[in-house]
Parts: sequence; structure tokens; C-alpha cells
Amino acid sequence: MSKSLSLPLDAGVAEKATPKAGRVRIAQRLSGLAGLSRIASPLVLLLLWELASRLGWLPTRIIAAPSAIVGTFAEMVWSGELPSHMLVSLARIAKGLSISIFTGTALALIAGLSRRGEIIVDSPLQMLRTLPFLALVPLFILWFGIGETPKIALIAFGTVFPIYLNLYSGIRSIDVKLIEAGISLGLTRAELIVHVILPGALPSFLVGLRYSLGISWLSLVAVEQINATAGLGYLVNSARDFMRTDIIVVCLLVYSLLGLFTDFLVRTIERHALAWRPSFLRS
Amino acid sequence: MTPFERVDLNKADLEQADPSNADLARAVHGKADLNKTPPAGKALAVTARNVVKAFGERKVLDGLSLDIAPGEFVALLGRSGCGKTTLLRALVGIDAITSGTLSMPPVRAAVFQEPRLMLWKRAWRNVALGVRKPDVQQLALKALAEVGLAERAHAWPATLSGGEAQRVALARALVREPQLLLLDEPFAALDALTRIRMHQLILTLWQAHLPAVLLVTHDVDEALLLADRILVMADGKVAAEISNAGARPRHIDDPQLQEKRRQLLALLGVEEKPTYAAYVAQQGAQLDALHAAQLEARRDAEAQLQTETQPENHSETQRIRVAA
Ligand SMILES: Nc1ncnc2c1ncn2[C@@H]1O[C@H](COP(=O)(O)OP(=O)(O)OP(=O)(O)O)[C@@H](O)[C@H]1O
Ligand SMILES: [Mg+2]
Repeated sequence: MSKSLSLPLDAGVAEKATPKAGRVRIAQRLSGLAGLSRIASPLVLLLLWELASRLGWLPTRIIAAPSAIVGTFAEMVWSGELPSHMLVSLARIAKGLSISIFTGTALALIAGLSRRGEIIVDSPLQMLRTLPFLALVPLFILWFGIGETPKIALIAFGTVFPIYLNLYSGIRSIDVKLIEAGISLGLTRAELIVHVILPGALPSFLVGLRYSLGISWLSLVAVEQINATAGLGYLVNSARDFMRTDIIVVCLLVYSLLGLFTDFLVRTIERHALAWRPSFLRS
Repeated sequence: MTPFERVDLNKADLEQADPSNADLARAVHGKADLNKTPPAGKALAVTARNVVKAFGERKVLDGLSLDIAPGEFVALLGRSGCGKTTLLRALVGIDAITSGTLSMPPVRAAVFQEPRLMLWKRAWRNVALGVRKPDVQQLALKALAEVGLAERAHAWPATLSGGEAQRVALARALVREPQLLLLDEPFAALDALTRIRMHQLILTLWQAHLPAVLLVTHDVDEALLLADRILVMADGKVAAEISNAGARPRHIDDPQLQEKRRQLLALLGVEEKPTYAAYVAQQGAQLDALHAAQLEARRDAEAQLQTETQPENHSETQRIRVAA
């Protein structure tokens, strides 16, 4: 998850710091070796874990054996149980994120493009931002019941701030000269937003999106504890009731895989949407 | 029907531009406060009467009046900070003036010192931005071909050289077929060779499309080579103007241009830059004077010394060394 929180700027910085090609090649070979040794240590740990389980030192109640986990994983995928729960969770995230992207963008435009909007929108949001949003679960249950609504609302609430904050600062830091150029080219206000302001703020928006995706997985775990009948969180909860540590670990793995996948997704979006950036052009 | 819109602005209460507090809101809101009132009678590209633009208390434009005929190439000179850019911004329609009358044709385009390209749009899309005509891509490609950048049409702006980017900006201005082309030091950031090429390009394009041109520049020679008329701004007004209607192509060695050059430099309050030979001669004279003075001082000192100690021969060699 921490990976999904890293900024895309890192890549650019690393590139800039790259020394001459020869040294790079050596460094790559070294890092290849380092990679091997890095895999070796977890592998040994896994083997030890398996051994401990087989010898009965690690009871299944505490944690299932790696082989059992892999077996459960395959079985759950095969039976379609895991994919169906995953889809439910993904749908919740998609709904929550759509709402937060839409409202975050709208709010950032209002605050970023007018003085009055800034006064009306920015200060309340800055205050709300400091709330630990998971503490809102009881309130959301009172407001929205225990159905889908509080789950999606909570995901939306948790993810709206990174989108808003980053896009807002992105809009504010657009070169005024470009906006003037747009005006002198006769662009209407809407065209200015579409052709100048939003594309110019896109890099910041994507930074926000990455944070939001990280938060969305986090909130999913919390949200699906609310009386869910499907979803990864539900799976974890019922597995706990039946002391199925293998299923719990499978779900944890799925969480982290999904985190990695969404991170990859944003990176791909970045590579295509920000192809114009000097840092991407050079590479 | 004349294709001019008239803009009457008498609002001291218009938003005061203030770069310190952002900016964006204003840049977006402050969009051309140009009401489309009936056309002015006269067939002039630009008519400015008593234009005042104040930033707070300070009047940067103070009763400026100016006419530019259609198709006329006018250069605007003036000391740094005298308000040239301010005038241009008012003519572009980015800023509203405080009071006075300003009329200009509806189709205007501007090129600034920096190309101001949208980095996220390929060159031709930058050119096509805001063009409301059918077959925009074709028009954009044609404009890029005119500035010699046909093969860079699909390049990202970040990959263009300074001169190329500036030519894209020029194509972006031309594709609109402006009746008034505003150029704010468009060549200032380019190297000398590229600048010469750009001069030729701008003349060719001007002769092909014949927009009225207002070129702000710090380069007196550039003004002399390009413009029909040269204005000198001072104290927020057009303080002087020099007609410069000679045939083109022009060469800066032309004695007539040299004469105008001297006049302009005097108007700008710049002493003419001495030639290198004159510079050497002048420096030489100064050195001579210095050496003579040193020599004199040394002689005095030695004379003083001689009264106290025995005279020595090396004083003569020293003297020679100093003189050399
Ligand atoms: N938004 C603004 N707020 C306050 N003062 C301003 C603003 N814009 C320009 N000025 C002032 O107005 C004066 C004229 O500025 P302007 O940019 O028109 O000068 P210029 O003639 O173009 O100078 P240069 O040749 O250096 O480009 C300057 O003293 C500048 O400080
Ligand atoms: Mg200027």
C-alpha cells in the first residue's frame, strides 16, 4: 500500500539523477543481484513457515500453512467465490471514487477559479479534511442505514480530499501567462477549463488520484465490516467467525495485489496522459 | 459595415490587476471587457484616445493616443517599464483600461516574448486552439508550413527549440487571420542568427497577409529594418514618432537609417554606442593620460629621493617600463 502512496514525481527525480550510461548498467547488474538476494530471504522464511505448520508448531488457528493458503486461493478462484466478492468490492470502490472524483474536481474548480469560490469552499474543506474519516462510521450508519449507501459514502468522503487538495493546488499553480494566452486566443471560459486549466492541472490531479486509491482500499476494509453480505471485507469477517486463517490471508493478499494493480493502472494512465511532459519525453 | 468594434471604457472601478494575489481567478474573470457597440466610423486598425491605465495610484498609460492604419507595420520603442506591454495587453483584450477610448479590430492575435504554448497539446493543436472554422487541422498545418514547421506539426512543444516554439506561436497567431497582430518582443529570447531569419519570416508573412502590426522591441535596428513607422513611448504617452517608409529589403548600413538610428537613440536617452575603433582610441587616450600622471608622480618622488640618497641607474629602466 505504501507503494501506491509514492508520488509520480519520484520517477522524474530519479531520472534526472541518473549518471552516465556505463555506471547505470553496472548499477542495474548490482541491483539485479540485490533483487535475487532480496527474494531469497522471504523464500527461506516461507519454507520455515511451512515447516513449522507441518510440524504442528504453528496451529492453523493462528495461521494456515502457505501451501494451504495457496490451495484455498486456487479453490476460491476456481469456484468463482473470490472473483464475485472482489467484483462487489471493486464496484463499491468504483462508485465511491467516481463520486469523489466528480465532486473533488467540481469543488477544486470552484475554489481554484474564483475568489468567492475559494472562500466558500476551501476553508470548510480544510477543516473537514482533518477529521479521521473512519471515525465517521457510526454517524454514517445513523444517516444512511446499513445498506450500500454508507459504504459508498464513506469511501467517497475519504477519497475526496486528496483529489480536491491536489487539483486545487494544481489549478492555482498554472502559469497565468498560459491562461492569458488562452484568453487572447478567444477561448470561452468552458474551453479555457477544458483545454488549459484541467490539462495543466492533470499532473497534480493524478497525484491526488493515487492517494485516493490508497485510501479507498483502506476504507474498504473498514466499510465492509458494516453488515456486509458480500465483498472482501465480508469474506474476512465470516472467515474470522469460522477461524479460517487461510481465507483471511488470501483476502489480505488480494488487498495488496489490488493495491499494486491500481498503482500500475495510475502509472499507465500517467504515461499516456502526461506523454507531453519533458520528463517522459526524455525517457 | 466596418469590421471594427468600439470599446469605450470609463471605469476607474474596473478590477485592478494585482499579480501578488492570485491571479487565476482574475485572469479568467477579467476576460476581455469588450462590449460590441457599433463600429467606429474611421477605417483605422487601432484608434486610441486619451487612454489611461493606472495600477493603484500610478498611471502607467497617461493620456496615450495612437492611430494605426490597416496593414501598417508600426514599431514601439521605449525604456523598460514605460508601459509598452501594458498598452499591448489592453489591445489584446487581456486587461481593461482605466479610462479613455480604445478601438481595435475584432480579430487580433498576439505573440509574446515566450511562446506560451500549451505543453499538453501537439504543435498543430496549439495552432488550432480556439479557431472556429471548418477543417481546423488543415488550416493549422498550412500555417505551420508557412513558418517552415510542416514536419514538426505533431511534435510536443517541450521538444521544440526556442526558435521553433516561437514560430509555432507565430503560426498560432496567423491562423486566425488577424487584422491586428501584436508582437511583444517576440524575438528577444532568440539568438542573433535566428532573429535575422525571424525578421525575414515576419516580413514575408506580413506582406502575404497584411495585418496591421504593432511590434514592441528594445532593438532599434529591428524597428528600423521592419517598421513603416516607429513610435517612442515615454511618460505613458507616445512621445515621438519617426516615419520609416523606405523600400524593403533594408540594410542597416543605409545612411538614412543610420541617421534615424541616431535620432531614436537620442529620443531614448541612450548615447550612441561608440564603434570599437573609437572605443580603443578613447581607452588609449585615457591610459596615456594615466601613464603620464604616474610618470610625473614617479619623477617627483625620485627627485625627492635623490636629495636624500645616491642617485641610481635603475630609475631610468623603471621609467621606461612604466611608459611601455
Ligand atoms: N499588474 C501590475 N500591477 C502593478 N504595476 C504593474 C502591473 N503591470 C505592470 N505594472 C507596472 O507598469 C509599468 C509598465 O510595465 P510594462 O510591463 O508595460 O513595461 P514595459 O514597457 O513593457 O517594460 P519592458 O520593456 O521592460 O518590458 C512598470 O513599472 C510595471 O511595474
Ligand atoms: Mg514589456
